[in-house]
Amino acid sequence: MSLLEINGIKKSFGDHQVLKDISIHVDEGEIVSIIGRSGSGKTTILRCATMLETIDDGSIVYMGETAVKAENGVLTYASSADRKRINGYFGLVFQNFNLFPHRSVMENITDAPIKVWKRNKDEVYAEARALLKRMDLADKENAYPCQLSGGQCQRVAIARALALNPKVLFFDEPTSALDPELTAEVLRVIKGLAELHITMVIVTHEMNFARNISDRVIFMDEGRIALEGTPAEVFDSGNARLTEFLGNYSD
Amino acid sequence: MSIQTMLMQLLGGFGQTVIIFLLTLVISLPLGMLVYFGRASRLKPVSALVKVYISIMRGTPLMLQLLLWYFGPFYLWGANIGGYKFTAIIIGCSVNYAAYFAEIYRSGIESIPKGQYEAAQLLGYSKAQTFIHIILPQVIKIVMPSVTNEVITLVKDTSLVYSVSYVEMLAVAKQISAAQTTIFPLVAAGVFYYIFNVIVAFLMERIEKRLNYYH
Ligand SMILES: Nc1ncnc2c1ncn2[C@@H]1O[C@H](COP(=O)(O)OP(=O)(O)OP(=O)(O)O)[C@@H](O)[C@H]1O
Ligand SMILES: [Mg+2]
Repeated sequence: MSLLEINGIKKSFGDHQVLKDISIHVDEGEIVSIIGRSGSGKTTILRCATMLETIDDGSIVYMGETAVKAENGVLTYASSADRKRINGYFGLVFQNFNLFPHRSVMENITDAPIKVWKRNKDEVYAEARALLKRMDLADKENAYPCQLSGGQCQRVAIARALALNPKVLFFDEPTSALDPELTAEVLRVIKGLAELHITMVIVTHEMNFARNISDRVIFMDEGRIALEGTPAEVFDSGNARLTEFLGNYSD
Repeated sequence: MSIQTMLMQLLGGFGQTVIIFLLTLVISLPLGMLVYFGRASRLKPVSALVKVYISIMRGTPLMLQLLLWYFGPFYLWGANIGGYKFTAIIIGCSVNYAAYFAEIYRSGIESIPKGQYEAAQLLGYSKAQTFIHIILPQVIKIVMPSVTNEVITLVKDTSLVYSVSYVEMLAVAKQISAAQTTIFPLVAAGVFYYIFNVIVAFLMERIEKRLNYYH
């Protein structure tokens, strides 16, 4: 059983089909990178997998539990109690962080575990402090997001997602809103998570990073998976579309 | 009549002004949120009806609305006109200001980025929790300057109840002024309104400052 199974999902916006029959299975501890040109549907995959977007066809299954299933546009969701539990299996780190501006760093991280998931306050705070330390933000717990750099905000967002102990963490271009130095610090943090064997699905434009960190790379092209395999298999495939993509890239 | 007596009488009228002001605020601030929910409702007839209500409230003079609330029950059902003047005034003012507040809340709520809702959903917040813990606190900060404007307008608008011969400060001032043939009570009433507004503005500014811990 895979941790996550995306089975044959399709998604259209109006008459533009953005995802054309996408299947991705992710096993526990795996790190999967998704690459591809702008508009190829990478973000849409993550949004469908995290239920921010509905699907037209296919199914999304976490830990063997079907979160949502669609047949010809008719959606069937898990019951609301199941959905809440399934919702706890995944976390998402957004390109633009989406921290809560009116809440301190500490509150951003601890509010959901305490208020939504009703966990013990002292325990949550202790875990949050450990997470902040791991993120090199130990001295920022009382700061507000507006007082932090983009890289610091992104690290808080990662800590906030990790505080719920998700089974899989999705990243949507976590560094593309950042300067090069800030990018490096965020990538370093994600690498640190890889060493802890946290399951991750990462949409990224950082090709070297994808090559180094991933167990598997998926190359998206016009709503389809064009290539999938180990970094070496994909990057050294000589595939024409990939070569073109990587070529545009180095310009 | 001594200046002291005049001031005492004015102060009595001022008390009425303050009561109308406070009651209207206490009712219309939350009522405005309810009106916003109606306007944002997915039930088309509800949102259409609320839109018409808001447009009428904002498109006709408050003084005329007060006259209708006051004389309406009398002409329509022969209600005892002496009995409900104060109620009519409070309803008229509250229902009018709620429409303005609803529009202010709407612009504030619509300015919150979609990502805030999505982040909350990912963290497991329910719709109600998202609104109360994530959206509302940010909206309050955003709408504060517009709410302050309305509140200051309300201080002055309380004098409109004069049109249904309710005895508040302006009515008292005009009475004394006519009886004593002196302009002094009117000037004094102006000073009272002004001081009241300065205090209100000061309090609102304090609240705005407290909300300035982030931007
Ligand atoms: N809500 C939406 N409504 C209409 N079209 C949309 C919507 N979201 C995405 N699209 C379209 O779907 C296509 C795929 O978008 P998506 O954001 O998944 O691409 P992407 O691979 O993440 O691109 P990028 O690298 O630029 O982030 C694009 O053509 C986009 O315009
Ligand atoms: Mg994208």
